[in-house]
Amino acid sequence: MGKLFERFPDPLARLIVVVFALAVVGVIVVFGLIPKSMMDVDAQWASAVKREEARPIKFAGFHACAECHDKLYETKKKGYHRDLSCETCHGPAKAHTEDPDKVKPDIPAQRAFCPQCHAYDPSRPRGFPQINPVAHNPLKACASCHNPHDPKPPTTPKECSACHGEIARMKAVSHHVQLECTTCHDAPQQHKVSPRAVKPTKPQTREFCGKCHRKDAKDKMAKNAPKIDLAEHGEKYVCWQCHYPHSPEVEQ
Amino acid sequence: MNGRRSFLRGFFVVLLSGGAIEGVLKLFPSKALAKEVARTGKWYGFGVSVDKCIGCARCMAACKNENNVPREPFFFRTWVERYITRKNGTTTVRTIEPNAEPSTETASDKSILRSFFVPKLCNQCASPPCVQVCPVGATFQTKDGVVLVNEKTCIGCRYCIQACPYGARYLHPVTRTADKCTFCYHRISHGLLPACVEVCPTQARIFGDLNAAASPMSRFLRMNKIHVLKPGLNTEPKVYYANLDGEVR
Repeated sequence: MGKLFERFPDPLARLIVVVFALAVVGVIVVFGLIPKSMMDVDAQWASAVKREEARPIKFAGFHACAECHDKLYETKKKGYHRDLSCETCHGPAKAHTEDPDKVKPDIPAQRAFCPQCHAYDPSRPRGFPQINPVAHNPLKACASCHNPHDPKPPTTPKECSACHGEIARMKAVSHHVQLECTTCHDAPQQHKVSPRAVKPTKPQTREFCGKCHRKDAKDKMAKNAPKIDLAEHGEKYVCWQCHYPHSPEVEQ
Repeated sequence: MNGRRSFLRGFFVVLLSGGAIEGVLKLFPSKALAKEVARTGKWYGFGVSVDKCIGCARCMAACKNENNVPREPFFFRTWVERYITRKNGTTTVRTIEPNAEPSTETASDKSILRSFFVPKLCNQCASPPCVQVCPVGATFQTKDGVVLVNEKTCIGCRYCIQACPYGARYLHPVTRTADKCTFCYHRISHGLLPACVEVCPTQARIFGDLNAAASPMSRFLRMNKIHVLKPGLNTEPKVYYANLDGEVR
């Protein structure tokens, strides 16, 4: 062994010693000093999943509310707010389920709360009940007229615009402002009671719009209405399939 | 003549031995193959009905509350964007602010063609780019398909934040680690719904196991035309959108 070593030139022998020492140190560091857990990725992930699962819960879920507040829950289930979770309005209530006497969830009574969902916003889907908070009974609390667990209009509205506000506002600035809703729609009384089950009619013929818009229309209201030849103009379609009657387009 | 014959013989030997090696390899299934078939347990997915969202931002508030997300209005695990498409074809997108007064800016603007809200969150991609780029293996996919961040090993290098095509991640200013939506992993593992799904007043958000035969989630997938965000990136998102406008990215 000694002889073999002597056969190497001196610098090379030193280099071999250094490399060997580094290798030994490396092995000691990798297998001795670095903790096993640091190299076992699967174990790290498993512990991360455990940590994640153990995080505190703040929203209890509506099943937990129904256990005690069963009457309110039953009322709510029948009304328009049936799909709402209790905690949507009352806030996180896990702490309340653990200590019902000490921790009470919010009861949002201020007027700014309900408009977060129900203020008019044109980006909201059509048909979602919306009001103008400035004009709608200002300074009155929402709950003084509407029961939030079973919301309904306090009286059945007479005006179509009470529910179809967006259409009413649109029509009000359009060329059809003079027309009543009932000019074109037949709304059965039952529509006010169950709006989705019984729906108002829509004009089904081209001749209906033609009363004002056909070339030789005689109607008094139609004096300035744009006229078209019913035989030639878009023969295949009912008028409202191209034109939106609540806000008819205007060619300048 | 002889040359060609010996070439052909050698060619077939190589061909056959190649097949034999592959057959032997198949006896020992690789890790990647095992991952493909492991989708028999729970495999969580999320549904968003864009036409139901009213932009009330209750989900954003609930998420911040449930997950201790910083209150500043630029840290979000989930957020809602308002899209405004104008008649000249331009589209503007802005994240709405929770608890803000409802905006009336769009009410009388005649140049608007259409406007709507789009809820967004981590897409929990089946092949997540954020997991690929993490240099320390701190972000990973669980067995049920949720992408999580291991706070203990995350070094806060922000690589994953850059890699996410959906902008779903942010650097938590307190822990200095990457943070993002976990589908409320602590809730779903106890049989509860994610906080945003729990509070959504119009059921615009739906959550469930994609492998379940009958559930609100599978019904949602069956009854709607489904889109995902940025399908061309092959990230295979598990947040499915119904009635999604073509402008939404």
